[in-house]
Amino acid sequence: MTNKTEPETNRSAWSGPSRLRSAQGAVTALVLFGCALITIVTTFLILGVLGGETISFFRVSKIGLIEFFSGTEIDFKSARPRFGLPPLIWGTFVIAVGASLVALPIGLLSAIFLSEYAPERLRRVLKPTLELLAGIPTIVYGYLALTVITPWLQSVLAPLGIRVEQFNAFSGCVVVGIMIVPLVSSLSEDVLSAAPRSLREAGYALGATKFEVATRIVLPASFSGVAASFILAISRAIGETMAVVLAAGSLAQIKLNPFTSIETMTAYIVAVTNGEASYGSPEYLSLFAVGITLFFMTLCLNMLSGAVIRRYREATP
Amino acid sequence: MTSAVARRTEGDFRPRRLRRKIFGAVFGLTCFIATSIGVVVLLIMIRSIVVQLSDVPILEFLYKLTHRFGSIDPERSGYKAGIWGTVWLLTLVIFLAIPVGVGAAVFLEEYPVPNRLRRFIQTNIANLAGVPSIVYGILGLALFARAFGFKRLALGPTLWTGSLTLGLLVLPVIVITTQEALRTVPASLRQGALALGASRWQVIRDHVLPCALPGIMTGTILAISRAIGETAPLLMVGAAASIPLVPRSPFDRYSALPVEIYHYAKEADPGFKPVASGGILILLAILFLMNSAAIVLRNRRGASSRS
Repeated sequence: MTNKTEPETNRSAWSGPSRLRSAQGAVTALVLFGCALITIVTTFLILGVLGGETISFFRVSKIGLIEFFSGTEIDFKSARPRFGLPPLIWGTFVIAVGASLVALPIGLLSAIFLSEYAPERLRRVLKPTLELLAGIPTIVYGYLALTVITPWLQSVLAPLGIRVEQFNAFSGCVVVGIMIVPLVSSLSEDVLSAAPRSLREAGYALGATKFEVATRIVLPASFSGVAASFILAISRAIGETMAVVLAAGSLAQIKLNPFTSIETMTAYIVAVTNGEASYGSPEYLSLFAVGITLFFMTLCLNMLSGAVIRRYREATP
Repeated sequence: MTSAVARRTEGDFRPRRLRRKIFGAVFGLTCFIATSIGVVVLLIMIRSIVVQLSDVPILEFLYKLTHRFGSIDPERSGYKAGIWGTVWLLTLVIFLAIPVGVGAAVFLEEYPVPNRLRRFIQTNIANLAGVPSIVYGILGLALFARAFGFKRLALGPTLWTGSLTLGLLVLPVIVITTQEALRTVPASLRQGALALGASRWQVIRDHVLPCALPGIMTGTILAISRAIGETAPLLMVGAAASIPLVPRSPFDRYSALPVEIYHYAKEADPGFKPVASGGILILLAILFLMNSAAIVLRNRRGASSRS
């Protein structure tokens, strides 16, 4: 009898959470929501700042959209300022393509090694090493390009009669390529090792060698995931700043010779801040116009990569 | 009919086993070389830096570098201002970014957020993580340093500007790694605490966060070590090339280690080369220590949760 009534009395004694506790709960929830909100505010601030200042760039400098997208001169010293994006786009394009030529094959091969060939113990050493490499600041890579790669190039190519400038696109490509290898290999490795085991075993059962399984079964099966990692790496190369500034210099010109200096969009932004452009001048404002171009280029590539990987996840059960 | 087909394919079938085996082995070796190339190239390049310094006792040289301010005389240049600036930045970033980042992650993982809002915030954070660091520099320049031209609010080239900019830069990384750490906390832990009558906040504070702490710390150390090496955003928001004093408050002007390295590296005078190389070695040593700490922490956690 008492056993039955006890829960009854207990329930009536408990009158729900105390007012203090529910107030505390509401406040913490609100504060945490505020934290999450900051990330959204950041995005809008980036868009607002870049967009707003870009508009005032076009207003102050009186440069038309046509000149902006097709001009080949950057000159703020003369009476009528001139600014054209193509030389900067060219520089960025050269670095992105050159770095991909270095990084994509090496990254993919090392991803195949890590997922298909490496024994478990070696893998456990190599993966943190890759992370360590990915964490090396880009200024270190830039300095290495300036003090190691370029002098080496000069000493090798001088006997052939090829002049290598102190700042040149080639060193920039090599060093940015080396820099993004860890990114490509660790992302691709994740995708390759996620390929279902049954696929591999079917291949081996049919008498395929390890090489054939790796390149004709695993790789095609995870192709879109690998492609997503490539796109992400290219986006990283486009946004790269310090390595490019120190290796490839900042001389905006469109030349096919890879041993001359170029200027990427990021290098231009750094060059403007280092110079004595005063607040509100066309030159100062131009960095926002270049910044928003850079922002949208990397954003598009990142979203493309995200979309590719999402489709890949849906396609593989 | 079928037997004819079978006979024909049997005749065509050449296993070429040896050739395929050799080719496979060569390919495997190529893959191995590709894997080691990054490490090898880096080691060769760092060795060539160390070789440049070999005519001086290297530890003594680095020690001297940490006790000298920047100067026009390479013999008397060093990184004292930069190292202290970086320490200040780091401390401020830790106090600014970690609470906000962990808070946002807890909100997304532990609270019943409407699905659409959650997906919006999540996509947004993923996109922010991919924004080039120099764009954060532009944001910091316009927002914190210049405050859109409002002189009263502008922080100028002070430590606050630098640390707020770096804080925004590492925020998405901290949120993402914290979320991953929170997801590894077993649901049974939360259910047990909730069943005993703990409020949602008590569950988070007393059970979920302590359990996820090693993971959060690993991710955070990695994010912060990324912030140490960041140069471009600090250049944008006006870290000084060289400054002969150690900052005393967050409203002081400052320089940072990578920024000083950049300026020494750009000097035409070859006398600055050993100074820049020494700076690179100091920077790499700091990062190596931080990354090793993060990896040790993670491996310890993995071992303890498995046993």
